Amino acid sequence: MTAETVLEARDLHRFYEVKGGMFSQGGTVKALSGATFNLEAGKTLAVVGESGCGKSTLARLVTLIENPTSGALKLGGMDVATATSAEDRRTLRQMVQIVFQDPYGSLNPRQKIGAILEEPLKINTSMSAPERKQAVMDMMARVGLRPEAYYRYPHMFSGGQRQRIAIARALMLKPKIVILDEPVSALDVSIQAQVLNLLTDLQQEMNLAYLFISHDLSVVRHIADEVMVMYLGRPVEYGTRDQIFSDPQHPYTRALLSATPMADPNKKRERIKLIGELPSPLSPPSGCAFHPRCPLVNDRCKSEGPVLHHATSGWDVSCHAVEEGRKG
Amino acid sequence: MSLLDIKNLSVEFQTAHGMFRAVDGVNFNVDKGQILSIVGESGSGKSVSMLALMGLLPWTAKVTADVMTFDGIDLLSISKKERRKIIGKDISMIFQEPMTSLNPCFTVGYQIMEVMKEHLGGTKKELEKRAVELLGMVGIPAPESRLKAYPHQMSGGMNQRVMIAMMIACKPRLLIADEPTTALDVTIQAQILELLVELQKKQDMALVLITHDMGVVAETAERVVVQYAGQQVEKQEVKGLFNHPGHPYTHALLNALPERATDKHLPSIPGVVPGQLDRPKGCLFSPRCEFATDLCHATPPTTTNGVLCHYPLQDGVPTGHPGGQQSKVAGGNG
Repeated sequence: MTAETVLEARDLHRFYEVKGGMFSQGGTVKALSGATFNLEAGKTLAVVGESGCGKSTLARLVTLIENPTSGALKLGGMDVATATSAEDRRTLRQMVQIVFQDPYGSLNPRQKIGAILEEPLKINTSMSAPERKQAVMDMMARVGLRPEAYYRYPHMFSGGQRQRIAIARALMLKPKIVILDEPVSALDVSIQAQVLNLLTDLQQEMNLAYLFISHDLSVVRHIADEVMVMYLGRPVEYGTRDQIFSDPQHPYTRALLSATPMADPNKKRERIKLIGELPSPLSPPSGCAFHPRCPLVNDRCKSEGPVLHHATSGWDVSCHAVEEGRKG
Repeated sequence: MSLLDIKNLSVEFQTAHGMFRAVDGVNFNVDKGQILSIVGESGSGKSVSMLALMGLLPWTAKVTADVMTFDGIDLLSISKKERRKIIGKDISMIFQEPMTSLNPCFTVGYQIMEVMKEHLGGTKKELEKRAVELLGMVGIPAPESRLKAYPHQMSGGMNQRVMIAMMIACKPRLLIADEPTTALDVTIQAQILELLVELQKKQDMALVLITHDMGVVAETAERVVVQYAGQQVEKQEVKGLFNHPGHPYTHALLNALPERATDKHLPSIPGVVPGQLDRPKGCLFSPRCEFATDLCHATPPTTTNGVLCHYPLQDGVPTGHPGGQQSKVAGGNG
C-alpha cells in the first residue's frame, strides 16, 4: 500500500479568550500552540499527555468543529482555510470522523441504534431508505453487533458494545481519518482488548488513518505507529513508537513513562518523581512551560522557550537540556 | 488475630427482579502494616464489599457474613452509635472521585477539622495546627493558605490529597482506598500512590486498595484478591498472581493487557460480565472461559488453594482437565 498523506498540520495554534469577571482578570488561554504533524493512511498517530495538554483541542480542530487561530491544516490535500464553499466543506467533513471517550454520553438515548447509524447517511448522501438500512446492517456485522441491535436503544447495551456502535457511526461515511478520543479508557480491561482488536482490524480493512488520543501509555505502545507527546499545549517530543518508548529524550516523556505502572511485580524500575502539578494554562510559566517541574532545569529554561527541533537522537524534541546534552 | 477478618461475606440487594447477589461469599483478612489489593472489573462487587464493611449501604441491601470483625469487634452486630465511633477514626475510606466526595460548601480546613473534632476533640487552635500539619504531610504547598480554600479552587490531585489528609487525621489503623487514583493523571497518580504507601509504612496502617488497574496492583500491593461477578475467584501473593495465575479469569485478564501482548491482536476475553438476569448456572465465568467443560456449565466450583475453579491452572495448564478444547464459548457480540 502506498502511504498517502491524509492529514497535514503545520504550526497549528488555538487560543481562547477568557473574559474577565468582577473579580478576575481576562486573558488568553493558549490551548494549543505549534502543533505540526503528518498522518498517513493506514497509520496511527497517538497524541499523549495529561489533562489540559491540548489533546482534545487538537481533536476539535482536526474534526472542523473549530477553526485554528493560526496555522495550516490540510485534509486529504485540501486546505481547510480556503475550502469555504458548501460543497468543499461537505467533502471535508465526510473525510474525518470522531469517536468519543464516553460511550454513555455520546449516543442519543431516544434514538434506536438503526436511526443513530443511518443519520449520517441521511444527511450526507442521497441513498434510499432500503439502501441505508443495508449499509447499516453491513456496518453492524463488521463491528460485531447482532442484526437485532438495529431495533434497540443505547441503554440496552454494555459499555463495550456502545463503543462499537460509536465506532460504527463514525465509519458510516467511509472517512479517511478517524479521531479516537480516549476510546477505551472508560472500558474494563477485558472489553478494552476486544475494542482495540476491532480498531486494528478495521484499520487494516479500510486503510484508515487514526489520530489516537490517550493518556494510557500501555495502550498507545500497543496501537500507535507514531507518538506525539504534549505538555501544556505544546508538542514536546514527536517520533516513532519505538523511538519514544525505547529511548525517550524529553524529561517530561521520561517522567511520564516512568510514572505509568507496569503490570509486572518482578521489575522494579527507577521512578522519576515529578513534583507539583500542571500549571494553569491561563498563566503558563515563562520560558519552557515544563521548567517548574523539570529535573534538568537551568536559567536558560526559565527565560527562553525551546522549539521543536530535530535532535541528535534522530527525531523531534523540544528541550534545551537535550539540545545542550545536559544530563540530570 | 487479624486486624480485619471477613469470612463468607455476602451482600444482596432487593431489586424489581428479586434479590440480586452483588457480593457472594468473600473471605479475606488484613493485618496491620499489610497492603491488600482487591482487583476486578466493574460489577465485580469490590466496592460493595467495602461499603458493607463501612456500613454505608442503603437499607435495600442485606449483608450477611459468618465473621466480620475489626480488631475483635463484631461489625455486624454493633449499634450505629458504636459504629460511628470506629468509622472515620480507626477505619477510614478514600473514594474514587475527589471532586464529589468533598462538600463544596465548606472550606477544606473546616472539613478536615470536623473529623478531628468529632473523634479527638481539642481546641480550635490545636485543630488548626494539626490540619496544617496534615496538609503539609500529604504534600500540599503552602498549607496555611489552603485551609481557607474551597474544593473547587483546587485541582483533582490536590483534592485527593485533602481527602487523604482528612482520612489519616485520626491515625486510622485500617485505610480503605477505593480507586483512589482512577480520576487522576499518571504523574499525579504516581505521587498519590507513593504517598499512600509511605503513610501506610510510617503509621503501620493496614491498607486495602481497590482498583481495576493491574499496573497499580503490581507496583503497590503485597497480597491480591481477584473478584469476578461478586465472587472471589483468586487470592494470592502479588508475585505469584502475575507469574502463575491460578484462575483462568486472572490468566485471561493478564493476557488481555496491551503491555503483555506479543501480537498486534490482543487475546481478549469474549463476552461480558454476567448481569443480574443472565447468571450462568454453574461457574459464573464458564460462558467466557476457554477451558470450560460441561461440569463447569452445570456445577459451581469450590475454592481450592485460594482458587475458585474446577480445574485450577498450573503454569497455564488446567489441572485435572479432561482435555479437548472446549465446548462452547459464548459467542457473538463480545
